[in-house]
Amino acid sequence: MAPVAILFAAFFLLPLAQLVVIGGSGKLGWSAYSTVFTETRYLKSFSATIALSAGVTLFTLTVSGITGVFLERNRFRGRAFLTAMLTLPLAFPGVVIGFMVIMLAGRQGLVPDITDLLFGERLVFAYSMGGLFMGYIYFSIPRTILTVMAAAEKLDPRLEEAARSLGAGSFRVVRDVILPALKPAFLAAGAICFATSMGAFGTAFTLATRINVVPMVIYTEFTLQANVAMAAALSFVLGGITWAALAFARSLSGSSVAASG
Amino acid sequence: MSFVQASIKKPRRSPLFWAQLAFTLTVCAFLIVPVFMSMTAGVTLNYMTGVSGGLTTQWVEKVLTDYRDPILLSLQLAIACLICTLLLGIPAAYVLAKRQNAFTRAIEELLVMPVAVPGIATALALIVTYGNSGGFRTSWLFILVGHVLFTLPFMVRSVLAVMSSIDLKTLEEGARSLGANFTQRFFGIILPNCSSGIIAGSLMVVTLSLGEFNMTLLLHTPLTQTLPVGLADTYASLRLEVGSAYTLVFFIIIVPLLVAMQWASNAISQRKQI
Repeated sequence: MAPVAILFAAFFLLPLAQLVVIGGSGKLGWSAYSTVFTETRYLKSFSATIALSAGVTLFTLTVSGITGVFLERNRFRGRAFLTAMLTLPLAFPGVVIGFMVIMLAGRQGLVPDITDLLFGERLVFAYSMGGLFMGYIYFSIPRTILTVMAAAEKLDPRLEEAARSLGAGSFRVVRDVILPALKPAFLAAGAICFATSMGAFGTAFTLATRINVVPMVIYTEFTLQANVAMAAALSFVLGGITWAALAFARSLSGSSVAASG
Repeated sequence: MSFVQASIKKPRRSPLFWAQLAFTLTVCAFLIVPVFMSMTAGVTLNYMTGVSGGLTTQWVEKVLTDYRDPILLSLQLAIACLICTLLLGIPAAYVLAKRQNAFTRAIEELLVMPVAVPGIATALALIVTYGNSGGFRTSWLFILVGHVLFTLPFMVRSVLAVMSSIDLKTLEEGARSLGANFTQRFFGIILPNCSSGIIAGSLMVVTLSLGEFNMTLLLHTPLTQTLPVGLADTYASLRLEVGSAYTLVFFIIIVPLLVAMQWASNAISQRKQI
C-alpha cells in the first residue's frame, strides 16, 4: 500500500495542490478563479460545454436505453455478434473518434455524399459543434449500452407479466415498470457520460481548434497565450465539475466506468 | 436456458421486435461503418476515386517508416505501464479487499480521482510541478507517470472485483493451516484465484495506455511523441489516405486487445453464474 500512497501523493495530490496555487499566482491573483465565472468568454465556453454534454447525455441515454433493453430481452441469431460490434469502440481514443466523425461528416465524408445525392447539397458539419456532438455520442454509446444491459439483466420479468395481465399496454409497461427499474442505472450512466463529455479533449482537438469547449480553451490559454495561471484556474473548476458528476454516479451504483476521451 | 426455450417454441416476432432490431442495426452501422471506411481508405490509391482506383500498401509503409518511433514508444509505454500497475495495483487491491474500513474506502475514492479529473488538468498539474526538472520533463518516464496514474484505478477495480467475489479469508486460512507462509499464500493461492481479474485489468491498462491522448499531448516533447499524438498530427496535416493508414495500423494493434477484453469479461460473468 505504501508505494501506491507515495506515488499518489508525489504525482497527483502534490501537483493538484500546486495547480490550485498556480491558478492564484497570475496577473489576476486569486481572483482568477472568480474570473472563470465573470468573464463572458469563459462563461460562454462553460455554458456551451455544459449544454453540449447535457444534450449528448440525453441522446445517448435514449439510444442506448432502447438498444440495451432490446439486446438483453431478446434472443436471436447474431445477437452476440451484434453486441460485440456495438461495444467494440469502447476504448477508442478521442482522436480516433474525431477521425471517425471526419469519415462520416467531413469534407469527403459519407453524410455529405448522401445529402448530395438526395438534396443536391453537401452537408458538412464535422468541424463544428455538430461534429463534436456526433463524436461524443459515438464515444458514449458503447459504454452506456453495457451499463443498461447489465441493469436490464436484473429486471424481474414477472413484474412485467403482472402489469400485462392487469391490462397494461406496451407503452405503459415501459413507462411504469421498465423505466423506474432502470432509473438508477440511467442516472449513473448519464453522470459518467456527462463527465466524460465535459473533460474530453482529443475529439475536439482533431476536429477543429476553433470549437469553444472548455478543454480546448485551457489548451489555447496554456500553449498559445502562455497564460498558465488562467489555464490552471479553468482546469481546477472543470475538474471540480467532472469529479462531482462522477461522485454522484458512484453514490448511485457503487462503481464507475469512465475512460479516456 | 434461452436456447432450450427457443428450440421448444419458436416465438412469433412482433412488429415492435423488428422496429427495435432495425434501430439497433442503425446504431451499429453508425459505429462500425466509419471504422471500415477508414480501414479501406488506408489501402486505396486515391480516396476520391475509391477502391476501384486500385489498392496499395504505400500509405501503410509510409506510416511505418515515418512514425516508427512513436509507435514503438507507445508499445514501450504500454508495457512499462502494465508492469507498474501490476506491481502497484495488485498489492493495493489486496489490502483494500482485506481491510474494509473508512480509511481504505477513502483511499479507494482517491485512487479514482485521476480518472474523474480531466486528463488535461492532470497533465497541467504535473507540468507546473515538475516542468522545470529538466531531464525528467523531457524523458518518456514523464509520460509514464501520467499513464500509470490514469490506468491504475482500472487495474485495482478489476482485481478488487474478483477478490471480493471469492472467499479470500477461508482460502488463506486453509493454506495457513497447512503451513504455507505469506509468500506461498500470495503467489500460490491469491494470484491464481484472481487471474481473471488480473487479465481483464491488464488488457484494459494496455488498451488505455496505447490510446491515451488527453494527458500525453501536454506531457510529450518533440522527441517523445506517442502513437495517438502522431495520429492527431497526420489528421491535421497530411492527406486523408495517410491518416487512414495510420488509423489502420492503430486498429490492427488495438482491436485484438478489445476482442480479448470482451472475451475476458464474458469469462468472468460466466464464472459468476456458476
